[in-house]
Amino acid sequence: MRHRQAIALLALVGLLVSLYLWLHAIGVIAELKCGTGSCEVVQSSSYARVAGVPVAFFGVVGYLVLFVTALVGLQPSFLPKRSLSVLLAALATGGLLFTGYLTYLEAFVIHAWCRWCLGSAGIVAVIWVVAVAGWRADLPVSPPSPRTGP
Amino acid sequence: MKRFYWLLAAVLLGGLAWIWIGSKSRGTGTEWVAETKVPESKADSQFTGYVMGSDTAPVEVVEYADFECPICAAWGSVQFPVIKQQLIATGKVRWRLRDFPLPPTTHLWSRLSAHAVACASEQGKAWEMIDALFAHHRMWSQRPENPEKLFRGWAQDLVGLDMATYDACMASGRYRGRIQYSREEGEARPVRGTPTFFVNGREWTLRDVSSDAFQHVVDSILAPRRRR
Repeated sequence: MRHRQAIALLALVGLLVSLYLWLHAIGVIAELKCGTGSCEVVQSSSYARVAGVPVAFFGVVGYLVLFVTALVGLQPSFLPKRSLSVLLAALATGGLLFTGYLTYLEAFVIHAWCRWCLGSAGIVAVIWVVAVAGWRADLPVSPPSPRTGP
Repeated sequence: MKRFYWLLAAVLLGGLAWIWIGSKSRGTGTEWVAETKVPESKADSQFTGYVMGSDTAPVEVVEYADFECPICAAWGSVQFPVIKQQLIATGKVRWRLRDFPLPPTTHLWSRLSAHAVACASEQGKAWEMIDALFAHHRMWSQRPENPEKLFRGWAQDLVGLDMATYDACMASGRYRGRIQYSREEGEARPVRGTPTFFVNGREWTLRDVSSDAFQHVVDSILAPRRRR
């Protein structure tokens, strides 16, 4: 249960970060509060959109799916179901791969860092660790092998 | 469990409030957009442009450019590197680039970009900043969003400026008078659009915008000298 609670909380924070970046991408928020980073460079690059859709929107959808799945998994009827842990681990792995690709673009193609994107990458990485830990914790315990005497 | 849902609600409300506050703060940039008359100093009139090339080069080209102008950007990105290699580096040509910001009705960020280049020139990196502006031209030109943060990002990451000095320079707006003076000086020549070129003082009418055409012009100037 603790794993799913942690995933829900982290996914909610990630959802807010993605929402912030998405609202900036569609012009609702004029200026990103970026401090010393290069958010505008990253957000205005050609890699900030996939087929015309801001990358941040995929983040909103991904975090929302993780958040809802984790909340469903916390309902009493779903708590003992191992399939929810498997689904969360699978979703987190997909998110981790996508975020890894975006971080690679920042480092080696765009040559600029956006602290919100890095924050989101950190959140996804922690979600993945928690989700995999939850999945492993739910693995059925195999009975001890019978002792064979000499 | 109840405490957990209260925590989620608190995080959600806090985050939404923070985003709502962020949506209310808008970048201004209006001081850069307005084509207002700026008092000029003596120093403003003494600045004669960004120079590249040898002082003893037999040909001087003065280019009046607007960094937001698409033709200037295409010229600067495609043709100018060839000119730099074939004519400037070989000592044949000295290039002098002057600001000629176009009206904000079509070019909102001309003066802001000119000022960013002026601030980079304080650190001896005007040409590097110009390259960065032209290389990313489609990301900022003729768009409504204030590109000040973009320029700052490139100044830091691509040009490698000292950002405290750059920020102080941009905040002061100390080159606005110089940019305005350059514009007025161009109007007096008269410059009608950008880019406009003067080769050894004579306007060169652009029919064929290419480095080859420039090569021919420079060769035609240098040919009589070689015969002597």
